[in-house]
Amino acid sequence: MAETKNLDRVVIRFVGDSGDGMQLTGTEFAKAAAEAGNDISTFPDFPAEIRAPAGSLFGVSGFQLHFSSSDIYTPGDAPDVLVAMNPAALKTNIKDLVDAGTLIVNTGTFIDANLKKAGYAQNPLESGDLEKRYKVHLIDISHLTSAALDGTSLSTKEKGRAKNFFALGLVFWMYGRDPESEIRRIHQQFAKKPEFGEANVKVFKAGYHYGETAEVFQTVYKVPPANFAPGMYRNITGNEAAALGLVVGAHLSGKPMFFSGYPITPASAILHSLARYKNFGCMTFQAEDEIAAMGAAIGAAYGGSVAVTASSGPGIALKGEAIGLAVMTELPVIIVNVQRGGPSTGLPTKTEQSDLFQAIYGRNGEAPLPVIAAKSPGDCFYCAVEATRIAIKYMVPVILLSDGYIANGSEPWPLPNLSSLPRFDVTHRTDPKDYFVYERDPKTLARQWVVPGTPGLEHRIGGIEKDALTGNISYDPMNHEKQVHVRAEKIERVAQDIGELDLRGEESGDVLVIGWGGTFGALRQATDGLRARGKRVSHAHVRWLSPMEPGLARVIKNFKHVMVAELNLGQLRAILRATFLVDAIGLNKVQGQPFKVREVELAIENLLGADAPLPEGVTQTRSANA
Amino acid sequence: MSEAVKIKLSKKDLESDQDVRWCPGCGDYAILATVQRTLATLSVRRENTVFVSGIGCSSRFPYYMNTYGFHTIHGRAPAVASGLKITRPDLDVWVVTGDGDGLSIGGNHMLHALRRNMDLKILLFNNQIYGLTKGQYSPTSALGTRAASTPTGSVDHPVNPISFALGAGATFIARAADTDAKLMAAVLEQAYRHKGAVFIELLQNCPVFNDGVWEAVKDDPAGKQIILAEGKPLLFAGGTKGIRLGAGMVPEIVEVGEGPGKVPQTDLLVHSERGSRNYAHLLAELVHPAFPMPMGVLYREDKPTYDGLANAQMAEARQKQGPGDLEKLMLSGMVWEVGADGTRH
Repeated sequence: MAETKNLDRVVIRFVGDSGDGMQLTGTEFAKAAAEAGNDISTFPDFPAEIRAPAGSLFGVSGFQLHFSSSDIYTPGDAPDVLVAMNPAALKTNIKDLVDAGTLIVNTGTFIDANLKKAGYAQNPLESGDLEKRYKVHLIDISHLTSAALDGTSLSTKEKGRAKNFFALGLVFWMYGRDPESEIRRIHQQFAKKPEFGEANVKVFKAGYHYGETAEVFQTVYKVPPANFAPGMYRNITGNEAAALGLVVGAHLSGKPMFFSGYPITPASAILHSLARYKNFGCMTFQAEDEIAAMGAAIGAAYGGSVAVTASSGPGIALKGEAIGLAVMTELPVIIVNVQRGGPSTGLPTKTEQSDLFQAIYGRNGEAPLPVIAAKSPGDCFYCAVEATRIAIKYMVPVILLSDGYIANGSEPWPLPNLSSLPRFDVTHRTDPKDYFVYERDPKTLARQWVVPGTPGLEHRIGGIEKDALTGNISYDPMNHEKQVHVRAEKIERVAQDIGELDLRGEESGDVLVIGWGGTFGALRQATDGLRARGKRVSHAHVRWLSPMEPGLARVIKNFKHVMVAELNLGQLRAILRATFLVDAIGLNKVQGQPFKVREVELAIENLLGADAPLPEGVTQTRSANA
Repeated sequence: MSEAVKIKLSKKDLESDQDVRWCPGCGDYAILATVQRTLATLSVRRENTVFVSGIGCSSRFPYYMNTYGFHTIHGRAPAVASGLKITRPDLDVWVVTGDGDGLSIGGNHMLHALRRNMDLKILLFNNQIYGLTKGQYSPTSALGTRAASTPTGSVDHPVNPISFALGAGATFIARAADTDAKLMAAVLEQAYRHKGAVFIELLQNCPVFNDGVWEAVKDDPAGKQIILAEGKPLLFAGGTKGIRLGAGMVPEIVEVGEGPGKVPQTDLLVHSERGSRNYAHLLAELVHPAFPMPMGVLYREDKPTYDGLANAQMAEARQKQGPGDLEKLMLSGMVWEVGADGTRH
């Protein structure tokens, strides 16, 4: 009989071929953890190829889950448990497993051909080296799976596909999860193919019972529920949250929503979600290319819809000229950029924050626009609502930055009380008397949103410079000067409409860590940890990057060190240095992977006097004065 | 389009207060005047009419129309117009473009707007040259065109706009010359009443960079044009010549009449706007100087429009699922409640 041991938190990683169903395994186990009341954070990490050649190193797909009985911000630096389904998965992931961590290996795939593909000259399971560092469990999952399906009508290939459910059953047993709810979910998911559902349940049970009876595991672990504030919760990814936020944003404005997009990783899921929300007044349009998606959004905005498009860096590059048209014609469009590794095609399925310059400056001419960045999966919802509100209020295109990490990652999300969200209803002008196309609201500098179909207000707009009042074509030098300034001033005035700076800690001290976007979790956890140890460290997480948050000006000069941590080569740092003339240093990483908490801690400790080497590839720039 | 009260409009009501800035003698003036006059005759509602254009000389068109207008960016007018039409099916959306704007930089958008049968009225001014950028050859320029960028002659083959539109799937295809106000007005009127993607090639003269490129076609209308008429044989040259289909569906010019070497009218091809696409392609391939150019409505068919189908899906979703309940939507997926005592339900 296995003993039960309580743990505060566990990081588990499932790795296998991209066809092995690791994403499904991870997602299902995350659901079980959420269901059991744990706080969770997930990190799916998969190759760009849908079905990379079996057994190859580059075809390894992984899913990391952090579940805990206390508050967590990240999917965890390093796995405590690694489930490796083949040699390539073991090879690429074993270095991350913590010392004395648990390693579960499917030995059935460790055949010569696979070992060779993974670059193993010898079978690593036979050397005994692994046992010296880890708690190793060698299980022939392939064989046990096909044995569990003996007598079914499934082909050998179909049987093989079920093996991820064996692994899932096994970890369910290891962590004392309720198998019944998972069995129900499998039946539901395979309702249209009940024979596969039945087979998966069989294999899932076989995995579960294997844990129970094989007596290879001496311990069952229990991670007690976390303390959540009372309320309704939902497990949500960033892309799901963004889609919901866009629907709610349109609802709060009282306008129908139009979304146009072109398929691109990792943004397509937003289109997929919205395409199912037709009865909420969401019209979706899969355009012929990225440019058309932006063009159609502009057309819809001109017609009076809340217009949205979403893409990733390469697609945003294509949209650039049309975004400039929206700046010039002063029409509200929400442009979501789910960032990925660049340049060019870059790393389609990996995360990066290297499109900040593109968002702020990436158009011809002086073409400023507001830029907001979401910090977590759930925050994508609020940022989408905010982007919609600002776009409409200021008659301007707004860029919402997300990234692959928070777009695909999930967390338990306290559902907002919709009735508490302030409405921002739109009224279109209908009075033809004294109408001037570019007459502006004195406070916001927004021009009026007049839509076709309104009698007596017929007018023409376009990309050529407009007279500051009438909107007629104007090549007058001073008029252009005036219009360029007023378009910039309008963006600056958005600052009067944004919330307080997200600052953790005192307004002065030794180190101010500044971040933006999806790095929030790692930065907050690292700084909280150091603060708990009495260090004078604060963390400011910037939400609005254009205009720059006013709160930053207040605090940025009050620290001995300012460190800007971002997954690029220092884009926000360059902007902050130019804006505030502060000697900000950078903590930078461009590996397609998020920051680890430890990396951030080490970098801060170095500023506080330690001299610790940072992990390979993570760079901490020096002060310009050093 | 359905107006309860007929509004009386004159051409002047369709003119904006802006000075027209095309070069003297430009074919665009004649087109503008004919469009304004025709829309006045049709008593369109100005507030429900939108002209969307790209970049180029022709794309200045919206500024001169006293309707709603949007002068967008190079090649993208069909995309902007599509977004507008999908969300505002109540509007009449016209697209004004040129051979460079519509078939070069915007060729992709043109293809897809036509393929989707988006309910847009697209007017393509074809002058076989880039005018606004000062005279480079365009995708409709003849092979060997000497222009600013091709001093020794262009070496790429031109695209045939009508063939392109047919191949893409336009459901109303017509051609008229800038100077033939009567035919253009007739074509525009039918286009206005058509539900679906309209593509009209307007043969337009650029007096500065490509003067007289359509001269041979326009100055000898009897000899170089076939004015298409429903149910009538393909005749030209005052009825003395016609088009017959030879072996292998090869069109040939024949003398019409009695006597040696002449063929009776009954042997000629007979025009039908709703004929087969094969027939329409055959018409499209009748190109000057080998053949007289067919003018008028070459092809049309009735087919569901993109905007119609998309809005029908929206209505069906609302009818089947009821108006969206946001609270319910938020609660979809994996949801749980944490009680006041911290326990989960």
